[in-house]
Amino acid sequence: MCLGVPGKVMSIDGLVATVDFFGVRRTVRLDIVDEPVKPGDYVMNHVGFAICRIPQSEVEETLALYQRLLAAASSEDLLAADVRSEIVATGNDKT
Amino acid sequence: MSDSGGNRLQFRDPARAAAMAARLELLVREIGRDPVSVMHVCGSHEQAIARFGLRAILPRALEVIMGPGCPVCVTDMPEVDEAVALAEDGVRIATYGDMLRVPGTARSLADAQAAGAKIDVVYSVAQAAQLAAGLDEELVFFASGFETTAVATAALLLNAPPANFSVLSAHKYIPPVMEIVAEMPQTRVEGFLAAGHAATITGCAIFERFVERHGIPVVVAGFEPLDILAGLAKLLELIRGRRAEVANMYPRCVTREGNRRAQEALWKVFRPVGGRWRGIAHVPNGNLRLREEWSQVDARRRFKIDLSRLWDYAPPSLAQSCICGDIMAGIASPSACRLFGKECVPDNPVGACMVSNEGTCRIWHQYGGQLDLRQS
Repeated sequence: MCLGVPGKVMSIDGLVATVDFFGVRRTVRLDIVDEPVKPGDYVMNHVGFAICRIPQSEVEETLALYQRLLAAASSEDLLAADVRSEIVATGNDKT
Repeated sequence: MSDSGGNRLQFRDPARAAAMAARLELLVREIGRDPVSVMHVCGSHEQAIARFGLRAILPRALEVIMGPGCPVCVTDMPEVDEAVALAEDGVRIATYGDMLRVPGTARSLADAQAAGAKIDVVYSVAQAAQLAAGLDEELVFFASGFETTAVATAALLLNAPPANFSVLSAHKYIPPVMEIVAEMPQTRVEGFLAAGHAATITGCAIFERFVERHGIPVVVAGFEPLDILAGLAKLLELIRGRRAEVANMYPRCVTREGNRRAQEALWKVFRPVGGRWRGIAHVPNGNLRLREEWSQVDARRRFKIDLSRLWDYAPPSLAQSCICGDIMAGIASPSACRLFGKECVPDNPVGACMVSNEGTCRIWHQYGGQLDLRQS
């Protein structure tokens, strides 16, 4: 539940960002993100809110774990299930 | 160690993992105690440790214990009772899926649902509010989770939720329970691995006072298998040097001060109060409750919650031999429980630790029961 999921900011409308999560586009709230965010930035999201901006130099390292989980995981995998729940927890894509 | 973890032991960088394992081995030997016990307090850490079979490459004398890191598991029976009582009184409840089968004194929310109560599973507080917006009736969000999740509840409340929406908070705050566990006479924890994303919110400075008071180090670590190994290595270095310090091994998401905006939102809406954590103890400042100013969205104030009918009840005998409390305090492991994998399984859980995806028993059961491959 505290794993969160990283995604790439595609566009921003006020306090709502459209974020790409491994090919799935959802909306995320920016109310409590720690740093100003612009399209192209990566953010770590938890239950529909961005909780931090991921420094550019760390993006690849951060994504690796998730790519592995989403690629290899069976439906029984708790860690992968948490990542999927995190994506579902964000808002529906408005675009 | 050979590849006894089968296909689980796949590291992104096997050479780095092997080097890290050798480093851990050396550090434990230099510390010279058997076992050296460290605790983490995060279900996601346990999931990663279990899923990637990390215990198989750890030194035999290093004990990595999961503490009270599952917010659903530590939700106390009376808190579940409040939600059950509201649901049985006909109030619509929305909550995270894990909360449904957590046992209350007499019944769980799933029991109430089976008997006709209106209960919706949501993935986030925002979905609960959205659901409320489309309804003509009251909706109570039964909120669980540590500070990382409580921040989302706070931010939602600060953002003008629908008038028929209120919150029954079972949110918990991790730093105070670390104090309790560190002081338990049965624990021999020599260091803590703190959860990366909770620390994203609180900052790692929050652990400085703890380290000073208890004289044991805290290392903030991420969730990638190599991140966890690196966090453990740092922790052992500090233990070996008798250095009670806070180290941040997850700087890509965690700073010393943490996320100020999130903290502001959190403390504007919530206040820490003492309360029981299931199976563990009364934890001073361990529960997050809505502040007085938010009483109009506090389900505890909006509704009269009558628990009396639920408390005239003796728990079933199986529940009495459940050792979830000791497991969550890190004193016992699931394999020490005589119900584990027998009477208590994910489809028919006896204790809260088998219910949640983040519960120690659930995780151990999922990834093969006996996870410590060194013992097999």
